[in-house]
Amino acid sequence: MNLRRLTLILVPYLWLMGFFLVPFLIVVKIALSDTAIAIPPYWPVLDLSAGWTGIKEFFSELDFENFVFLTEDSLYWKSYLSSLQIASISTFLTLLVGYPIAYAMAQAPDEWRPTLMMLVILPFWTSFLIRVYSWVGIIANEGLLNQFLLWTGLISEPLQIMNTPTAVYIGIVYTYLPFMILPIYATLEKMDGSLIEAAVDLGCSRGKAFWLVTLPLSRPGMIAGCFLVFIPALGEFVIPSLLGGSQTLMIGKVLWEEFFSNRDWPVAAAVAVVLLMILVIPIMLFQRNQERQEEAGR
Amino acid sequence: MKTIWLPLAALTLAGGSALAEEVRVYNWSDYIDEALLEKFEAETGIDLIYDVFDSNEVLETKLLAGGSGYDVVVPTGSFLERQIQAGVFQKLDFSKMPNSANLWDLIKDRTAKYDPGNEYSINYMWGTTGLGVNVGKVKEVLGEDAPINSLDLVFKPENMEKLASCGVMFLDAPAEILPAALKYIGEDPDSKDPEAIAKVEPLLVAVQPYISKFHSSEYINALANGEICVAFGWSGDILQARDRAAEADNGVEIAYNAPKEGALMWFDQMAIPADAPNPEGALKFLNFIMDAENMAAASNYVYYANGNKASQDFLVEDVIGDPAIYPDEATMENLYTTTAPDPKVQRTVTRLWTKIKSGT
Repeated sequence: MNLRRLTLILVPYLWLMGFFLVPFLIVVKIALSDTAIAIPPYWPVLDLSAGWTGIKEFFSELDFENFVFLTEDSLYWKSYLSSLQIASISTFLTLLVGYPIAYAMAQAPDEWRPTLMMLVILPFWTSFLIRVYSWVGIIANEGLLNQFLLWTGLISEPLQIMNTPTAVYIGIVYTYLPFMILPIYATLEKMDGSLIEAAVDLGCSRGKAFWLVTLPLSRPGMIAGCFLVFIPALGEFVIPSLLGGSQTLMIGKVLWEEFFSNRDWPVAAAVAVVLLMILVIPIMLFQRNQERQEEAGR
Repeated sequence: MKTIWLPLAALTLAGGSALAEEVRVYNWSDYIDEALLEKFEAETGIDLIYDVFDSNEVLETKLLAGGSGYDVVVPTGSFLERQIQAGVFQKLDFSKMPNSANLWDLIKDRTAKYDPGNEYSINYMWGTTGLGVNVGKVKEVLGEDAPINSLDLVFKPENMEKLASCGVMFLDAPAEILPAALKYIGEDPDSKDPEAIAKVEPLLVAVQPYISKFHSSEYINALANGEICVAFGWSGDILQARDRAAEADNGVEIAYNAPKEGALMWFDQMAIPADAPNPEGALKFLNFIMDAENMAAASNYVYYANGNKASQDFLVEDVIGDPAIYPDEATMENLYTTTAPDPKVQRTVTRLWTKIKSGT
């Protein structure tokens, strides 16, 4: 193997090592430590100056106590489950909203497409935080939506959307919608239009042709979109804390509490490690799906 | 924003560039007259970078992580106590702060509980935790004799059930609410006994469904614009809401009361982190704040009492004459303070708080 090839392979591996593996090991290390009133607020701290005995002592102090603790309190698994539920439902809703948009974009005349694409990407130019926060102005009890509905006379009391799970769903669907639209649009756009024509020629109605041809062919895009929405939604913290009420249990919030309120970094780190484990499974499925798609494309 | 420019600023400092001297202050939100910041810059020629937070927990995490980059921070007494133990702060050099003679002994005696000998901190402001009510709305819902100066208002489910229609917010801070609940059921508000703490659970769980949000800063605006009618919050914040409502002239009348059952008295202390990049500048800032007129300007603006005796000559009647800010002798005796819990008790408290808020 020549040097050039080696460096080419080395770069992504070094990247992964430096920005994923090393930080992950640091988090695992903290998860195995104990809390302390000190800077940093955990113990033991690796002291390399003490040489080999220092390292040995350091390792002998580590234990899995914090992971055991997570199994003892129902709060944690309930939060994980609730996060899974919220992430799944909002992924499904995003798909429901995103598919028709992507489909309409793919059907639009060629000269419109760049503009439509632009419109989907445009919100990214505004800060994520501001976009989520502006929803407060829309769905609050005194917000635009309620004022409009009251004005039309459809409701007589303002709807309580703010601080409920509904608000969290709205926030997640809105924020992650482009991640769903773009991959679906990419597969739909590439699709060969003559396949639909063939189906119609062979006696399919338009609706049936969509169901039998378009939908299955766009599946890779749908799967990619779902993963892109599901994975970040699972650990979401900003949206539930800004829009959701105190009843909305999510693991991101639990992690925040451990870290800030209890200043128990080791338990917070343990929660994060478990969250990562839960995420690794869908990420691996996503990878396999990508590979299969690439092979199919060849 | 600060996360972006802090590393950059650190780089330029390390590069030994000829930038002007900087002092970085991290204080509570809505807690100073901004004109004072400009005055400090004009007087000293030091660039002041002023950031805000709204929870002790966020501040503490930054301090414990080390290298926060701040020169002056403002934790509350019970948090300061633990942070001193963790070695977060440096001792103050009072010889460089002549204005420290202005400090009020009465407050110094009380803050010595958290900072023995007052070696690490000076008092910035102090206040009580109590009840802010929209008088008109609460009387409309609960009748003319609504218990607006009693914890009955927020701890009796039958009252809260009615108040839910006009909105109630609680501080998202167990260290503020649990002592009040303990006091209400006749326990020691500073109790560290898990059994005593567990006793407040049914009380709070019963009223939780009627609380629209637990949040530590949103209630100022919500109270002022009539979105909520009751806030269990910090005295000065509620008085600021009162003023904003009066300015807006929106027909909302806000009143603050320290509960007659007793109220938590807290102290926000200015301190200098041990790893502050510019401790000399920080001392200059503290000295500036302890100037009688400056401190009075801050109190006149934010409606909190301060620990500065000399400033009282410059306080407006609205502040010094308001028993909600400077309580009379009788109320003063009814105020209690709390201390920092150990990590184990802290975990019980946080867990209980999560349970109360989320039902899990």
